Amino acid sequence: MAQAKARRKTEAGSLSDDTTAAERHGLLRSMLLQRRFEERCAEAYALGKIGGFCHLYIGQEAVGAGAIAAIRSDDYIITTYRDHGQALARGMSPRSIMAELFGRADGCARGKGGSMHLFDRSLNFLGGHGIVGGHVPLAAGIGFAIKYRGGDQVCLCFMGESVVNTGAFHEALNMASLWKLPVVFLIENNRYGMGTALERASSIHDIYLRAASYDMPRAFVDGQDVLAVRTATLEAVRRARSESVPTLLEVRTYRFMGHSMSDAVAGTYRSKAELEEYMKRDPIMVLRMAMQDAGEIDDPGMARLDEEVKAIVQDAWDFADASPEPPLESLFEDVLVETTT
Amino acid sequence: MAVATYRDALNQALKEEMQRDDRVFLMGEEVGVYQGAYKVSKGLLQEFGEMRVVDTPITELGFAGIGVGAAMVGLRPVIEFMTWNFALLAIDQVVNAAAKLLYMSGGQFPIPIVFRGPNGAALQLSAQHSQAFDAWLAHIPGLKVVSPGTPADAKGLLKSAIRDDNPVVFFEGEMLYNTKGDVPDGEYLTPIGQADLKREGDHCTIVTYGKSVLLAMQAADQLAKDGIRVDVVDLRTVRPMDVNAISASVRKTNRAVVLEEGWEVCGVGAQVADLIQRECFDDLDAPVLRVHQADVPMPYARNLERAAKPDVPKTIAAVRKVMYLEER
Repeated sequence: MAQAKARRKTEAGSLSDDTTAAERHGLLRSMLLQRRFEERCAEAYALGKIGGFCHLYIGQEAVGAGAIAAIRSDDYIITTYRDHGQALARGMSPRSIMAELFGRADGCARGKGGSMHLFDRSLNFLGGHGIVGGHVPLAAGIGFAIKYRGGDQVCLCFMGESVVNTGAFHEALNMASLWKLPVVFLIENNRYGMGTALERASSIHDIYLRAASYDMPRAFVDGQDVLAVRTATLEAVRRARSESVPTLLEVRTYRFMGHSMSDAVAGTYRSKAELEEYMKRDPIMVLRMAMQDAGEIDDPGMARLDEEVKAIVQDAWDFADASPEPPLESLFEDVLVETTT
Repeated sequence: MAVATYRDALNQALKEEMQRDDRVFLMGEEVGVYQGAYKVSKGLLQEFGEMRVVDTPITELGFAGIGVGAAMVGLRPVIEFMTWNFALLAIDQVVNAAAKLLYMSGGQFPIPIVFRGPNGAALQLSAQHSQAFDAWLAHIPGLKVVSPGTPADAKGLLKSAIRDDNPVVFFEGEMLYNTKGDVPDGEYLTPIGQADLKREGDHCTIVTYGKSVLLAMQAADQLAKDGIRVDVVDLRTVRPMDVNAISASVRKTNRAVVLEEGWEVCGVGAQVADLIQRECFDDLDAPVLRVHQADVPMPYARNLERAAKPDVPKTIAAVRKVMYLEER
């Protein structure tokens, strides 16, 4: 990342929200960890250490970091196949994630899920799901279970903007609103469903307006500004927790990489010029500049933070590399569970 | 023990399991206020309230997914499809979610859920409402597939399915709901994965399950009049299949007919025939024959529908053929 160049071009974010300096530092660290982790994912993919599909989150880190900062540890998260960033933001071990990506026995899903299917039951991280739209009804079901038990948790459901054209999205949002389920439906609008621009796929371009069909509260927010994402999510979470009312929150972001590791970053469906324009608002730089203006971080401080997260990522890589392949006898494990009741 | 209909047996199972475990809830179209499209859920709304007997919009994909999500976090949903024909709209949630989450999470998320409803043809409902999907669902690792043919098995298997920690696909039948039989009162569990020898004979084996058990029993009665004694092996569970029960019977009779409601190509009968050739090759005195629906979408006209469905005469003819007896 050409940081000096980006710094010149990046407009600093505002610090006018209610975060503390320590919280802002934590958000910066979370985004930087996601970035450095995924840069190494790209490297590992090129080396053949990661196989299959690998969808990077680079450019969208503020969404995962900001939204997850707005929920409690006993709340639930469910997401799509572009799930590395959110898993890290939730506090999943970088070692167990990298080992999963490498297809090793110490992976969070014992090498059975891979990049698209990260799970951590202990953190209520209910997975990366691979069918566009398929997990949105699951989110409504998690909200239903919360309400059924009379709890005050919420379910935070991440999805890409292309989900809004699926039937599953419509069916789930209708019932969530009808039954007042405590769910935050968070759309990461990164402008493209694979290679198809939003304007070529959806009859409505202001995605959050879709919520009007379900009489559901809605909002949109700048997804490159982590503090704005956090603030908007906090309001949706408050509404879910205290009023049991779902929200459709559109977070406008942009992915700096290709749809997956299998396609070019720019070319056929978007221009290099467009990509470069969006990269001027790198979410890490937006927060860093604001913090720098406020005297909360300087260049040596940033360098130290960068070294710290790079060391964590290197450790994760080394751990994954040393982890054994899953034993062949595990092939037939976890197809069904032994029923004990 | 009292005589009850298949419908009431299912109702008893639901009611008893909901009384036993407050994590169990029933969700689907018309299950509450309307008392069930086929009245299987009669009285449950009044006893358990609308949080546990949930009427949904017509939205199979949505409410099947709500069930899977609720199961991920500890509830035990029973999802009713008005028929399995409509469940095709929800198949992503059954196959891509329910059947996969345990495996692809490395064992972290068991999905204790039952998807149930009538399967196969009733009478003159034509092509879109008369399909048997046992083979489709039985193809999928990560699911258990159950298809009871009698009221007692309906009760015992539904109770076991609700207590099972895995996704269970539960096939009923419009034409079965009014059938009657002895049903044990209270706690009565039929193990999933265990076939039942519904009738004993030594000349030929009929392997079947679900609604076709009735046809097999009628065929056995008629064959007995000609001195032909057949074993009727009721699989009760299609996945996992009780291989030992099938092979024990075929080793005794040396002949087998597989009777199912669904279509021939890649059907459940093909799986049974394969098991028999692998397990009982040296015991067979004749090729295994299959009785199934004709390889066409179900027609409406009464005579065409009758011609398309498996029935007692077709079953008898198949038994006589594997016994090298002339057709009568």
